[in-house]
Amino acid sequence: MTLPAGWEMVVGLEVHTELRTATKMFCGCANAFGAEANTNVCPVCLGLPGSLPVLNKQAVSMAMAIGMALHATIAPSTFHRKNYFYPDMPKDFQISQYDLPINSGGYLDLPDGSRVSIERAHLEEDTGKSTHLGVSGRIHGAERSLVDYNRSGVPLVEIVSGPDIRSAAQARLYASELRAVLIATGASDGRMEEGSMRIDANVSVRRSGDPFGTRCEIKNLNSLRSLHRAIEFEAERQVALIEGGGVVRQETRHWDETVGATSTMRVKEEAEDYRYFREPDLVDLAPDADWQRSVAESLGPMPAERRAAMVALLGQASDAQRDAIDVVIDLGLERYVHATAAAGGDVAIAVARVANELAAAGDVSKLMEDAFVATVAMESRGQLSATQSKAVLADLLATGGDPVAVAAAKGFEQLSDDSLGDIVATLIAAHPDEWARFCAGDDKLAQFFIGLVMRETRGRANGKAVIAELHARR
Amino acid sequence: MNAITMAEGVRAGELSATTLAQESLEAIRARNDELNVFLHIDEDGAMAAAARVDDAVARGADPGRLAGVPIALKDNLCQVGVPTTCSSRILEGWRPPYSATVVDRLLGAGAVPMGKTNLDEFAMGSSTETSAFGPTRNPLDPTRVPGGSSGGSAAAVAAAMTPLALGSDTGGSIRQPAALCGIVGVKPTYGLVSRYGLIAFASSLDQIGPFAANVADAALLLEVIAGHDPMDSTSLPEPSPNLVSHLDDGVAGQRIGLVRELIDGADAEIVDAVERAAAVLAAAGATIVELSIPELRLGLSAYYLIAPAEASSNLARYDGVRYGLRVDADDVAAMNEATRTAGFGAEVKRRIMLGTYALSAGYYDAYYGQALKVRTQMRDAFRRAYEDVDLLLGATTPSVAFTFGSKTNDPMAMYLSDVFTIPTNLAGEAALSVPFGRGEADLPIGVQLLGPGRSEARLFAAATVLEDAERGS
Repeated sequence: MTLPAGWEMVVGLEVHTELRTATKMFCGCANAFGAEANTNVCPVCLGLPGSLPVLNKQAVSMAMAIGMALHATIAPSTFHRKNYFYPDMPKDFQISQYDLPINSGGYLDLPDGSRVSIERAHLEEDTGKSTHLGVSGRIHGAERSLVDYNRSGVPLVEIVSGPDIRSAAQARLYASELRAVLIATGASDGRMEEGSMRIDANVSVRRSGDPFGTRCEIKNLNSLRSLHRAIEFEAERQVALIEGGGVVRQETRHWDETVGATSTMRVKEEAEDYRYFREPDLVDLAPDADWQRSVAESLGPMPAERRAAMVALLGQASDAQRDAIDVVIDLGLERYVHATAAAGGDVAIAVARVANELAAAGDVSKLMEDAFVATVAMESRGQLSATQSKAVLADLLATGGDPVAVAAAKGFEQLSDDSLGDIVATLIAAHPDEWARFCAGDDKLAQFFIGLVMRETRGRANGKAVIAELHARR
Repeated sequence: MNAITMAEGVRAGELSATTLAQESLEAIRARNDELNVFLHIDEDGAMAAAARVDDAVARGADPGRLAGVPIALKDNLCQVGVPTTCSSRILEGWRPPYSATVVDRLLGAGAVPMGKTNLDEFAMGSSTETSAFGPTRNPLDPTRVPGGSSGGSAAAVAAAMTPLALGSDTGGSIRQPAALCGIVGVKPTYGLVSRYGLIAFASSLDQIGPFAANVADAALLLEVIAGHDPMDSTSLPEPSPNLVSHLDDGVAGQRIGLVRELIDGADAEIVDAVERAAAVLAAAGATIVELSIPELRLGLSAYYLIAPAEASSNLARYDGVRYGLRVDADDVAAMNEATRTAGFGAEVKRRIMLGTYALSAGYYDAYYGQALKVRTQMRDAFRRAYEDVDLLLGATTPSVAFTFGSKTNDPMAMYLSDVFTIPTNLAGEAALSVPFGRGEADLPIGVQLLGPGRSEARLFAAATVLEDAERGS
């Protein structure tokens, strides 16, 4: 999609990420997704009368890690109260940072070579989660609303970009690169589907060279796809509006994924006055040099550098391989690939197995690196077919152990070339018509013979070896 | 009997905590209908706490420094399972699932909480007349107010229902009722006593402190409740100070400032009492310096912007969603509004509106922002004064206890009853009121001693000098 000639969109993103701390931001309750409603709560995160917040140091460390990864300046900061009424916010104010955020300034370089500035990345607490029962699914017109306060007080960092983004694709790239960076810092799991990363997009349009237009804020985009579509829709809407002689109103808009359109939530005149003031129950936050240094030292290389290192191991990478590399980096599983490379193994196979089998397993703690390297080596030498290799990995992931022993236990010992040759010869003799067509150049028939061989050997043959036998006999 | 004697008797096995609790219950029942001191009498809890103390003594275990001493708790302090209302309809029936740090420390020291005392609604007032559950009467003259907001706690001690009580002081809410009821009341340094479990009025000003019939009891009670608490970020990072061991330090060699702004506007009999107190301190070896701190005159105005601003935010949570009163309506916003309209009294509404206005876009700089600047000036002015003197001396209140209804129709007149106490809260420093002399209708007068942060030991020593003089010792 492109806007009509002469038009340009201007986009800035506000990304909220929940921090993966053990406990909540101001109390000792577990910070865990998916628990039974209202079980991870206490007087503090329920905002009971008389309770007081105490800042979680791990949240501060993670916020600093994010700031460092985004090349931001870490400065002494303060907390403010943002006052507004909402049932899922137990104190009816949110503790946030206002004029003095912990991180300010900074930038994020995107894989396409562009750079997006970061205005600030500040700490704040999450609200509870409301579920509105009724046709609308929103608070207006709900028959009943249920609130789960397990999320109340979960630490968040809000990362505000500069208005530097010029296309929906770039916005998506920014969000996905930021997500990778957040995961790499260990501060976030980046799970948009669980709401641990949520995005608001500020969108305006202008004729090239004009000053910024009036912006609209699209709230709560919870997937990269929604982000992309919502921005495209909104920019097109604004251009059409202006070209039709209208003016853009500053407002907050809601993205409806099913309809594929944004709609007005509230206009600027209805915007709340949050009556920010310093949170008197917290003291100023000024992490000392030692604390900052320990956070900096714990920070590993960021995705861009790690991606480049993996591509270098592959020599060159296809688009599919680049996607696979992103998965490997997201999951922090590069050690398996690097171990394979160090042992002189096949990096392409290693990347594929990590991005698929290991990623699907989730828990890789039982899979030793040398066992993985050995499995890849067996696969690349043809001692295991791809299918067999995956089956061996599945066992190793589930219970650990030695791949040679696992392969033997599964009966995956390699058929000798002689016995494979005998089987192929027998099957050719039994299917003369198919063999004739194969010999006439119909390569698709190779799959037919592979299937026969696999049935005959109960999957113990190596597909590549079968193809070699077929070609040798054609 | 004073608290220290009681605790010593219980610790020695000569007194029974259970008997002391029963005697306290009898004293409470004898006058509570008349005076409306306790909103909730926790007989079961008190008898259980007393039995635990007696049991500890019987087992030879240490029952604690306040073993068996009955104590009254202002009803803005959370105690697990005990109704806690802040004297507001909006919290009627609420039972906290947790206890304030001070309550845990009291129980740990063997004290026996007898129940919850009346206060001005959410501690907003100076007479207990804004309580949704009716005013408390002054035990010394039931036609008069006990002061406020901690009027119930002051009255409990003045009526000898309990030898000790806890209150909270945001702008004078301990010292003013102590003065009006003829007892000792202490506003400790901000952060000395944990606020965890104290239902907030104005967080940057609130501080829990003791009431007692004498200085030594107040010092012991403060020692028990003070000291760092990891649950309160503003808690000072140090252990509880030694106060009792310094009670007899005297004032010899100290410079004490008699502050013009802390007596100007007070009734003549109050000014007389303060000047006599100065003479007593001088006779005990202190040098009295008359001085002026003009910034103190700005205190009242700054306070009535800062305290309501914080209150407007602190009281937002009473929205009918989770606990306390709920008045049903068509949607959430209407329910919030109906609940708050029905649940809050006029004074609370007035301050929420004041505070909301002071923080609003377009008014913040002129009101709240300006008040913060005044607060800084006040701190600086106190600091300069303490470069020259060790303590300050002034009146606690402009008058003795006033009659019911005499100020309820004029908020400014009511607010002015805290004019001498508010500056200490704004500065986050320490002050106490100690009975000294009598005025109109033989009602007690309190004089106020003020000191810099962490000067409690010096304040108690000076208060002891005045107390000894009053007793003629």
